[in-house]
Amino acid sequence: MAKNYGMVIDVAKCTGCYACFLACKDENAGEEHPGYTAAPPMTGQHWINLIEVERGTFPKVKHNHIPVTCAQCDNPACIDSAENGAVYKREDGIVIIDPVKAVGQKQIVNSCPYRVIFWNEEKQLAQKCDGCAHLLDKGYKEPRCVEMCPTSALLFGDLNDPKSAVSQVVAAQKPYARTPEYDLGDKVLYLNIPRKFVAGAVVYKDSDQCAENVTVTIKGEGVDQSYKTDIFGDFWFEELKSKADYTVEIAEPGYKKISLKVRTNTDVNLGNLFLEK
Amino acid sequence: MSEEKILTSCTVGGAVRVHVKDDRITKIRPIVFDEKDAQAWTIEARGKKFSPPRQTSMGSYICTQKSRIYSEKRIQYPMKRVDFDPNGERNQQNRGKSGYVRISWDEAYDLLESEIKRIHTTYGKAAITASTSSHADFGLLQYKMGPFGRFWNMLGYTQLMDNPDSWEGWHWGATHTWGYYWKLGISDNFDMLEEALKHTEMVLFWGVDPNTSAGGYNGQDGTRWRLWCKELGMKMIFVDPWCNFTAGTWADKWIAPRPATDCAMAEAIAYVWITEDTYDHWFVENKTQGFEQFKQHILGNEKDGFAHTPEWAEKVCEVPAREIRALAREWARKKTMLATASIYGVSGACRQPYATEWARLMVLLLAMKGLGKDGCNTWGGASMAPPMDMSFRMFGYSDNGWDTFGLVAKETAKNSVRQKTYRLLLPECVMNDKTEWIGEGFCGNSLEQQLTQQVCPLPKEQGGAPIKMIYRQGGSYISTMTDTNRWPRMFQHKNLEFFVTSDIHWQSETKFADLVLPVCTGLEREDICELGAPGGYGANDMGANFRVIIYMKKCIEPLFESKTDYEIYCELSKRLGFHDRFTEGNDIHTWIRKIFDKSSMPEHITFEEFKEKGYFVVPPPKPDFKRAVSNKWYYEDREVDVADHKNPHKGTAKAKLMGTPSGKIEFVSTFLAEHFPDDKERPVMPGFIEPWEGKYGPEAAKYPLVMMTPHMRFSYHTHYDNKTPWLDEIPAHRIMKDGYAYWPVRIHEQDARPRGIKHGDLVKVYNDRGGVIHVAWVTERMKPGNILSYQASAKYDPIEPGKAGSIDRGGCVNLLTPARMVSKNAPGMACNSVSVEIERWEA
Repeated sequence: MAKNYGMVIDVAKCTGCYACFLACKDENAGEEHPGYTAAPPMTGQHWINLIEVERGTFPKVKHNHIPVTCAQCDNPACIDSAENGAVYKREDGIVIIDPVKAVGQKQIVNSCPYRVIFWNEEKQLAQKCDGCAHLLDKGYKEPRCVEMCPTSALLFGDLNDPKSAVSQVVAAQKPYARTPEYDLGDKVLYLNIPRKFVAGAVVYKDSDQCAENVTVTIKGEGVDQSYKTDIFGDFWFEELKSKADYTVEIAEPGYKKISLKVRTNTDVNLGNLFLEK
Repeated sequence: MSEEKILTSCTVGGAVRVHVKDDRITKIRPIVFDEKDAQAWTIEARGKKFSPPRQTSMGSYICTQKSRIYSEKRIQYPMKRVDFDPNGERNQQNRGKSGYVRISWDEAYDLLESEIKRIHTTYGKAAITASTSSHADFGLLQYKMGPFGRFWNMLGYTQLMDNPDSWEGWHWGATHTWGYYWKLGISDNFDMLEEALKHTEMVLFWGVDPNTSAGGYNGQDGTRWRLWCKELGMKMIFVDPWCNFTAGTWADKWIAPRPATDCAMAEAIAYVWITEDTYDHWFVENKTQGFEQFKQHILGNEKDGFAHTPEWAEKVCEVPAREIRALAREWARKKTMLATASIYGVSGACRQPYATEWARLMVLLLAMKGLGKDGCNTWGGASMAPPMDMSFRMFGYSDNGWDTFGLVAKETAKNSVRQKTYRLLLPECVMNDKTEWIGEGFCGNSLEQQLTQQVCPLPKEQGGAPIKMIYRQGGSYISTMTDTNRWPRMFQHKNLEFFVTSDIHWQSETKFADLVLPVCTGLEREDICELGAPGGYGANDMGANFRVIIYMKKCIEPLFESKTDYEIYCELSKRLGFHDRFTEGNDIHTWIRKIFDKSSMPEHITFEEFKEKGYFVVPPPKPDFKRAVSNKWYYEDREVDVADHKNPHKGTAKAKLMGTPSGKIEFVSTFLAEHFPDDKERPVMPGFIEPWEGKYGPEAAKYPLVMMTPHMRFSYHTHYDNKTPWLDEIPAHRIMKDGYAYWPVRIHEQDARPRGIKHGDLVKVYNDRGGVIHVAWVTERMKPGNILSYQASAKYDPIEPGKAGSIDRGGCVNLLTPARMVSKNAPGMACNSVSVEIERWEA
């Protein structure tokens, strides 16, 4: 059976080291791969890039990096936009922009809803990640970005082979598309993309001590969860929807009930919540 | 078109395969092992099996190696400053301003030879000092020390002693608490990974950012280990004024004290443990000394004492008392690894005013929780010590002191000159009549080395001479040393008659030199080495998954007219009359062969096979290998059993003892009580002292913000930044604005808003020492009242070139850090609690 290449990106494992980004530069920037890609300029094209996300407010903050690369779409808009068959999909699923036929076709850049195609001004050429097809065809097991990842946050392999590591993760962990609204297909899927959190710290007002083991609940938008505060009195509700309304409650016996309405326009740090008798 | 060749090499950030086509490097990749190479080890812990991938990893910036090699910043030819005339006007005052003229290598050698001979005749050998750079391009023989140390020691010169720049507090402080002077103040680390995976419940990262600093030497292997800890559910707590890169992704709790106030928090933790009786009584009573005095101090029972409560500490460090109490209780009830105290535990807290006290208190807290008990230990950055066979013999670059060739040479070079200078005081030693300090830089042979009274120049009758010439082998002190404006002043001083630099790239201080020599990179020369192995004081500090020994191939011919440092020193030794002693008839190939023969490799592989394949993976320990965990022998009252051949107690009557005078962990230091009984800055018993700069310093009113300058993430010192355009595309490293790659400064919204500063604005960070232009990075990850700018920007770009004190827009934030050292008797750099102000800047 033909190969069907896919990638799973686990954001929880990404430390933001940029090794993928720099390995891609090493492989491609200024380097021509005849039959696959023309040489992109030394700077300006990021065939894999990291979106850096800082969330929350001092001191309840989180920092994540989301690697983004060509989704190798099932029905690529770039193919539809191209003339003369200048963009094509290989049997293994990788989408290639022909570096000769695509000259002058700037509309290919703008056709991409995912914004991962770059314009080479000097060569008048649309360019993007070719999944290191030029290496895979030589027997490499994975693209350079994946080989360099120190934590295996990037996983690559044959989705048609149920024994491949990537197939096993797809089966077991149900990765998902980052932008389902664009309907790009399932070649590049994600795990643990941060959603919104609501966090805070519970404090006994009278003793000014951290309130450990206090039950905090959150309700709304189909969510009904509770959280036992840790030794710092901290609670973190993660995986919440964006721009949604929730109610956070603390009903600790012997203390006045706390009830707060929150809206997740951003991640929410409720700060210190004081339990009063 | 020729076939692609795949060769092996090793960098300061991991072992690599180098692809070469048509004599051009096309890519740099990790080494992926084949089926014949040794298998990986497996650790079984808590019902899971952990085994690393069979390949090396690389620090991310190592991916720019190709771009760094073909950089437009390469020094191409020998160059002489255009207005430098050795027989006439030297124009020292024009250094940093004047241009250069290309000369031949013969002319360069002639100039060097005649200047060295002139200075020897006129002033004596001590008038020349020479300095090598930390961590440029890896290798065993040809790294920073080998040719440098052999040449200058054979010739005789004023040694420039390094300060333990990345771990000052441990070196000048913790040595008086647990000894370990033979490790320069940090504990050895053996079998820690397995220990942690099996037993540890919490990892406390205090003042460290391992996902940032551990790309060096071993690549990023340790990052996966920390992820394993996370997957096993170990709680990760970070103490740092900056929610650093490791904390931002993985912290279960981030605690942010003010810089240089950590000691108050540490004392308050001890207070909680004492008052709640949750410390290890047996350990304290049997394995430490002076606890009773410490206890009375903490409780406030001394004369004029006060109780070191969390409420007191809150006023100092600005961490809520209840959180300090919670941290103390969590540490008391969970088996905890303190992830500091190693070369990978380098970040903020050990490089600040009175950093000695912080490091000492860290050791004392470890002791109060039973250092060496199952799962309770000091684990440097959670970055070290996988299962490893240390009986396999291979060498590190500092295993034979400064002369690496001496490992296999008949003669090890010995310096005939007694005079010394000190890196942190080099400008003073050049410009002033007399400079005094205490200590010997790296004091790895004894505690007594910290007592040496130094003076430069030494009296003439002791062979002393004023320093007239500096030979700089690579790197840049501009931007890496504190109060950097001292360096331009020194370079332009009339006392400095001749300044030579040999380097790969035009670095920040290259353009101050009279003579510039082009040197090739590590991929343009041959060498042999073990991945990440420093040897010497860092012997067995293993932070990689495998011991890999590499035959470093000459992947391409040296670019332009560049040469290896070894070649340069060979020629100089010929002209100065000791070539035969220097080389002993060897060329680099025979030196490599001799190292191979002396290692354990011949028992496993022939030299020809090794050279052909390019690397050898040392087999991991067998499953029945007897583990020996650092410090566990001490907890269990046994003789030291870890594989540290440098431990002087091993196999002696002192084998059960720590390296302090008492042999115990010392709450009250015997050594300091004897030699510095009245030192208020490093008292016999450690504790919080208001730092001389930062929150409490005299400048605090004028410069209210406190700045940290830790090690950076996307370069190894100055060796990668500003050599490749790719790093400038990483916004966390540099920010492009109006076509210029600026350095970012992290600042909290609360500090930015009142100053009219928005994210992305150009700003000037300044104090009386100077000003540095940055781009403001407004972030909730910074504790309000503090800002952060990473040290060692490799772009010194003064607005008024060649003028000391000029505003710099390249990001050399060490222009603003104090020259003052950790304390009077602790001569280390203190760059993480700097008083500054910040304002918008119109370009």
